[in-house]
Amino acid sequence: MADNLSSNKVTVNINGKDIEVDFGTTILDAAKLLNIHIPTLCFHQDLCISGICRICLVEVDGDKTLQAACSYHITQPIKIKTYSSKIRIARKTILELLLANHYGECYSCFRNMNCELQSLAKEYGIDELRFVHIDKPKYKPDSSSCSIYRDNNKCILCRRCIRTCQDFQGVSALDAVNRGIDTKIAAFFDHPIVDAVCISCGQCINRCPTGALREKDQSNDIWNALIDPGKVVIIQTAPAPRAAIGEEFGLPAGTCVTKKLNTALKLIGFDYVFDTNFTADLTVMEEGSELLSRLKDKLVNNKNVYLPMITSCSPGWVKFCEHYYPQLLGHLSTCKSPQQMFGALLKTYFAQKSGIDPKNIVVVALMPCVAKKFECERPEMRSSGYKDVDFALTTREMAKMIKETGIDLKELTDTDFDYPMGISSGAGQIFGVTGGVMEAAIRTVYEIVTAQPVPFDNLQVTPVRGMEGIREAEIYIPHATDDWKFLENKMLRVAVAHGTSNARLVMDKVLDGQAIWHFIEIMACPGGCLGGGGQPQPTNERIRKARADAIYAEEKGMAYRKSHLNPMIEKLYKEFLEHPLSRKSHELLHTRYTPRGRF
Amino acid sequence: MAGIKTQILFSSFEPGNALKLAILKTGPEIIEEIKNSKLRGRGGAGFPTGVKWDLVHSAQGDEKYIICNADEGEPGTFKDRILLTDHPKKIFEGMAIAAFAVGAKHAIIYLRAEYRYLVPGLVQAISEMESARLLGNNILGTGFSLSVEIHLGAGAYVCGEETALIESLEGKRGEARNKPPYPTKKGYMDCPSVVNNVETFCYVPYILTNGADWFREYGTLESTGSKLFSISGDVAKPGVYELEMGTTVNQVLKMVGAQNTKAVQVGGASGICVANKDFDKPLAFEALPPGGSIIVFNKSRDMLEVLSNFMEFFVEESCGQCTPCREGTFRLLEGVKLMQEGRCSINYLKTLRELGETMRVACKCGLGQMAPNAFLSIIDNFKGEILARDRVEINGKQTHSI
Amino acid sequence: MTLESSNKIIAAGIKETTEKYGCKKEKLLQILEDLNKEFGYLSEFVLLEVSKNLDMPHSQIYGVASFYSFLNTQPKGKYIVRLCKTISCSLAGKKKIANALENELGIRFGETTPDGKFSLMFTNCIGMCNQGPAMLINDDVYYNLDPEKAVEIIESYE
Repeated sequence: MADNLSSNKVTVNINGKDIEVDFGTTILDAAKLLNIHIPTLCFHQDLCISGICRICLVEVDGDKTLQAACSYHITQPIKIKTYSSKIRIARKTILELLLANHYGECYSCFRNMNCELQSLAKEYGIDELRFVHIDKPKYKPDSSSCSIYRDNNKCILCRRCIRTCQDFQGVSALDAVNRGIDTKIAAFFDHPIVDAVCISCGQCINRCPTGALREKDQSNDIWNALIDPGKVVIIQTAPAPRAAIGEEFGLPAGTCVTKKLNTALKLIGFDYVFDTNFTADLTVMEEGSELLSRLKDKLVNNKNVYLPMITSCSPGWVKFCEHYYPQLLGHLSTCKSPQQMFGALLKTYFAQKSGIDPKNIVVVALMPCVAKKFECERPEMRSSGYKDVDFALTTREMAKMIKETGIDLKELTDTDFDYPMGISSGAGQIFGVTGGVMEAAIRTVYEIVTAQPVPFDNLQVTPVRGMEGIREAEIYIPHATDDWKFLENKMLRVAVAHGTSNARLVMDKVLDGQAIWHFIEIMACPGGCLGGGGQPQPTNERIRKARADAIYAEEKGMAYRKSHLNPMIEKLYKEFLEHPLSRKSHELLHTRYTPRGRF
Repeated sequence: MAGIKTQILFSSFEPGNALKLAILKTGPEIIEEIKNSKLRGRGGAGFPTGVKWDLVHSAQGDEKYIICNADEGEPGTFKDRILLTDHPKKIFEGMAIAAFAVGAKHAIIYLRAEYRYLVPGLVQAISEMESARLLGNNILGTGFSLSVEIHLGAGAYVCGEETALIESLEGKRGEARNKPPYPTKKGYMDCPSVVNNVETFCYVPYILTNGADWFREYGTLESTGSKLFSISGDVAKPGVYELEMGTTVNQVLKMVGAQNTKAVQVGGASGICVANKDFDKPLAFEALPPGGSIIVFNKSRDMLEVLSNFMEFFVEESCGQCTPCREGTFRLLEGVKLMQEGRCSINYLKTLRELGETMRVACKCGLGQMAPNAFLSIIDNFKGEILARDRVEINGKQTHSI
Repeated sequence: MTLESSNKIIAAGIKETTEKYGCKKEKLLQILEDLNKEFGYLSEFVLLEVSKNLDMPHSQIYGVASFYSFLNTQPKGKYIVRLCKTISCSLAGKKKIANALENELGIRFGETTPDGKFSLMFTNCIGMCNQGPAMLINDDVYYNLDPEKAVEIIESYE
């Protein structure tokens, strides 16, 4: 068969049915077109092909051995069978081998009922283990990181975490070490993950098929705080968990349950339920002002400034920058993330206003993120005089707590956020999607500079929306008010990137001096926060898109759409902070970074 | 035809004669000659060499590579070591002819780390050939150049598998790739590559000099030519023998002075264990795949101990990537230990059998696919010996069966 | 010499080695083999320097180094004795050689002598099947061993 005969289409026969597919399509994809289900384990839509679990085996006419459907590219017309006695026995045997070496019981595993290995075992009727089951743990779990907990005893060596970390995120904190039966997933020289270049994005957790990777569960600490009569426990919720937590209760991806969640949180016992979007609006004010101030310094005062300016609300991205681009840390906005701004304000502004002693306030943040656990532990996050945010909980942990209380989220009525820090705008809401921070900032900055709303239908700055890894846009400023005359007739160039391998591409350009943008939004997770490491499992493009649609849909109907028009934000400045970038703002709402290096 | 101790590889050889003939032909002509000779890979898999070269020749790519697999690691095999020590120029000439035929300018010889002491000899051979214009720049004044690089392995049997070898050459873990695409299309650095065993390359100059028809006179219809066999174990005269394909096991045993033979392992640890009843079978790809080694066991040998040795080998050498090999070899070894202690039930033996059969079809590469061969053939051929084991007590306590 | 300055010298040497191979990522195995030979083993420091010079993640380099039997990530003796334990050498009597070596060196297989001179390891088939039992000491191969011969060979190493 000559190599250069790559005709565009090939006809193959699967289980007796013919289908025409593009040259190079995998058997797995071809079968999907015919609605034929082939089970997989190491395969993941987001990741490169592996072909090592050997679950997706199929029979190809003429081949003595079975072939892995996920990695077999069709280049000639072949006959395929996806079920047969040989396949059934092979699949069952392989599952039994995996289960026999899988230490731990399902009933005490956080992936119970949501585990791919468990599902396959059920699907293939495993009702006995013919091989001797491992009775002692082989490895000591790694609990060194405050974000990620690794238990190699549950690892089935599908290597999704490695492909996620190395290829998908471009970080490479983990790799397979040793050989044969001693193979395991480890960091450099088997160091605890806290000592590796792990950025705590938790994307590995999202793609792990079993309970080998999970977040550091802090729900017990929250329970203890809730039952402590001396403590006032305040929770702030981010938009991304609200668009996804429904999935943990059987609702389809893309169902926003914001107000039902508020009810649940009250039932659990939180004293106040606030909206992180409030401080998202605040971030827009501070960061927008910071951007304008850098632009002014450059264009009017001819100072040497760090442009492009880059967002800093994604702690996974910040850690990535600290490890891989420490020399560019000056480009990051000095603004804290909305979560951290909130904590600082709760233990100062809110404490004063409500007369509560800040040392009795416990601030909990509901986040789609595991890096937020790392963020609230950062030593510089103590501007209130106390640890600004005490705990960051993931969507998954929260769902667990709700279920433990016996609440069915679906059946609850709606409750609004508490006053005063529960009012937010749509601009704050869209922080949860990639491009959202940029869009929110543009809505405010444009209006400050031109005294006009952004020239987009319904304020939707569509050029920065979408799921492509890197997006660029140009916003033309046709006229400016007196204060901002230096920006008149100028073109504001922006870029948006999500996923750290895309971040790398953008940062390499900044490093080379080839970046033409003024402002860049970078999120560590694919899809932005909605794809965060603390979100419900599994994850894939379809689910992330559904969550994005839900967030955008919810914001369209909100009373306020622009951060600078949030009346509570105006009040906060009037009563407490004075104005953006004031000394008080700098004290409480701005931060510094730590160069860490790659090793 | 079969049974005669033939000398092809060990017959006289003048370095350069074959290459001088090759450069007068075109690539396709050389490939046609190799195809007609029906030479099959001598590393164990037995893929038709001419077809392999043809695929690389017609593959798209600016750069092509000739890779010599000198990662001889199959237990009982040492024939390549003899060729590398005493006949290096034949290897390089074979590689040069291959390069000329497919249009490659680079050749690499992947030499196992355990043979590092052979490097000076190989370097010397390359140097002499370069001086004689048989390698290097402007070979025999034709403008055709070939650089030969020696690349050492680092102690991993799995790197004898062609795609794992290529991964190792690329500085990665020696883990087999998904096939297709085959190395003939996407090999070293994604370029079309010929990966052939040391012995295979050695035959090439002889075929070019004497012709395909001459080569086909030796051996059988499907397995032409001769084959080197590394013979060890309970024999009076161990060593490397060149035999015609089709020689029977009995003929070999007689030749090497084996007495009271109980079993013969043909093809190394990944081969099959042949019992008395099959000693009349010929050693050829279509009958008993020859591999490169014959290990002879006499009646005093405990077959379970032999099997344990083989399975331990596979557990240690599995790359660990795919589930059935990594876990399967471990379970087979565990099963052998149970058998040795007399604790293996017939039912569990059936389970292990099924595991072996599954590994044969489910594993990602040849290592996993062939690892159960020894297990299955020994279980089948020596069932009586295995089931007659006494139950072992451990620490004075009664043991349980599984 | 301070630790810092000796580290600098080692780092410079490692840089030279990686440059010898054109700082190409595909030459990683050859680079690791050279460094393994030079330093006796691949320490964290060595692997980090390789990672810097090749601009490759250090987790991947460790993944490669830990895969191969002849690359050591832990300190080993000056002379590594590798006794073949595969079938033909086993049939030829490797057990007796193993015992003799353990007795002579006072260590078990897998260990290193306290003076750092010898490490004892088993290895798989080294291609000496017709002349077993056989062993490698670093790059030297010895075959047709009997217990006395094996010990003599060990003693010949300074």
